[in-house]
Amino acid sequence: METYYNPDDLKKFGNIADFQKKLGEKFFDYYGEVFKDSELTAREKSLIALAVAHAVQCPYCIDAYSSDAFEKGWSEGQMMEAVHVAAAIRGGASLVHGVQMMNKVKEIAM
Amino acid sequence: MKSLLAEHSKLAIAGEQIAILEHGQSGHFNLIPFQQKLEAAGLYPLQPTSLEVFQVNVGKMCNQVCRHCHVDAGPDRKEIMSKETMQLCLDALKNNPSLTTVDITGGAPEMNPHFRWFVEAIKKLERHIIVRCNLTIILANKKYNDLPEFYKEHQVEVVSSLPFYTQDRTDRQRGNGVFDDSIKALQMLNAIGYGLEETGLILNLVYNPAGAFLPPSQLALEKEYKTALSKQYGIAFNNLFAITNLPISRFLDYLLQSGNYEKYMEKLLIAYNPFAAANVMCRNTISVGWDGYLYDCDFNQMLDLKMAGSHNHIAHFNTEKLYNRNIIVGQHCYGCTAGAGSSCGGAVA
Ligand code: SF4
Ligand code: SF4
Repeated sequence: METYYNPDDLKKFGNIADFQKKLGEKFFDYYGEVFKDSELTAREKSLIALAVAHAVQCPYCIDAYSSDAFEKGWSEGQMMEAVHVAAAIRGGASLVHGVQMMNKVKEIAM
Repeated sequence: MKSLLAEHSKLAIAGEQIAILEHGQSGHFNLIPFQQKLEAAGLYPLQPTSLEVFQVNVGKMCNQVCRHCHVDAGPDRKEIMSKETMQLCLDALKNNPSLTTVDITGGAPEMNPHFRWFVEAIKKLERHIIVRCNLTIILANKKYNDLPEFYKEHQVEVVSSLPFYTQDRTDRQRGNGVFDDSIKALQMLNAIGYGLEETGLILNLVYNPAGAFLPPSQLALEKEYKTALSKQYGIAFNNLFAITNLPISRFLDYLLQSGNYEKYMEKLLIAYNPFAAANVMCRNTISVGWDGYLYDCDFNQMLDLKMAGSHNHIAHFNTEKLYNRNIIVGQHCYGCTAGAGSSCGGAVA
């Protein structure tokens, strides 16, 4: 079956440098640096990445960081809480615009 | 849970496991042969660099039946080393002072009735002794409660599995109640000085993944273990060894049953590290089986890959021939060379 997303494509992520070497390499250098142990540990960063992956709904990132976060010792419960954080922010982001809606309605209503 | 042998599983037969390792369950799964990887790194045929570690598997009997066990150990396994074979091991040690470390493993080695006699005799030969103690054995029966004192008396280095610092992951892999008992046993070891810097009594822990994935960084994990165990249980230990699960016996069974086998093998291959390959533990270790046969490592032992030639039994121990032998490798070896590598002492690269 043909689909837009193919799990095997995740392994080919590195190939994006084939079409634009310099930018590709800069990106992967940066990416590698971001995920190193630093003021936040690699383990903490992995859980943040998992939440962000859900916020941006990237199936490749969800695949990669579900494995990575579990490998780094986060439990199923902790990982689901991280997804809820993403969901809450996304939900809140929609809902907070309700204030704008209210403002507009108040402006035009009698 | 029972051993594969008790369940009459096909995987209890080493040849079946090797067939799957070579061609998968379908018969069509072909991973690059491990030998080719060694050839590319100029390491084939793989040969020893020294003979330092004498690892003795004193039997497959165990009080636990862990889901990932490459030995397929359990209470129903009756294969244990006889006193006569132990004596042959002692003779070999006596004649070969280069074997400075004796690493005793199992099953639960303490369940062998000659275990204490064996440890005492090795100590008289002035060798460093490592015992791979599963912790729960200490609490399994009154007769084992004094094991910590016994270890201390003989200055044994204790290496113990604690697959994670949380109960959930540990029990999933090792069985219900194992985490709580392990914590109690660790506290008993700490109480007499094990794992505390100033005592010289070494207590190392082993992490291994509770599932079809590779271990994370050993150093980072050690830090987390130390913080978590000390904060929650007041436990101290020396070092953490992060060990990769090799696709053998019950872990192989788990991989096949969960549909993870091919993906796991590919993961190991992608993570292949030639530096780890140069440092695999079979290059300085001899592994003795419960019946006295000699192997390149405990994994080859469980796959029944005996060393070739007439010197493949402890009764004909010949260091020169052992030193000049070619190590038998196979697809399972990818487990020793993934990422930072894996050995009985943890990461190697
Ligand atoms: S992994 Fe160790 S403790 Fe668990 S069953 Fe195997 S030998 Fe026993
Ligand atoms: S499985 Fe054994 S023979 Fe193969 S690399 Fe590992 S230690 Fe060496």
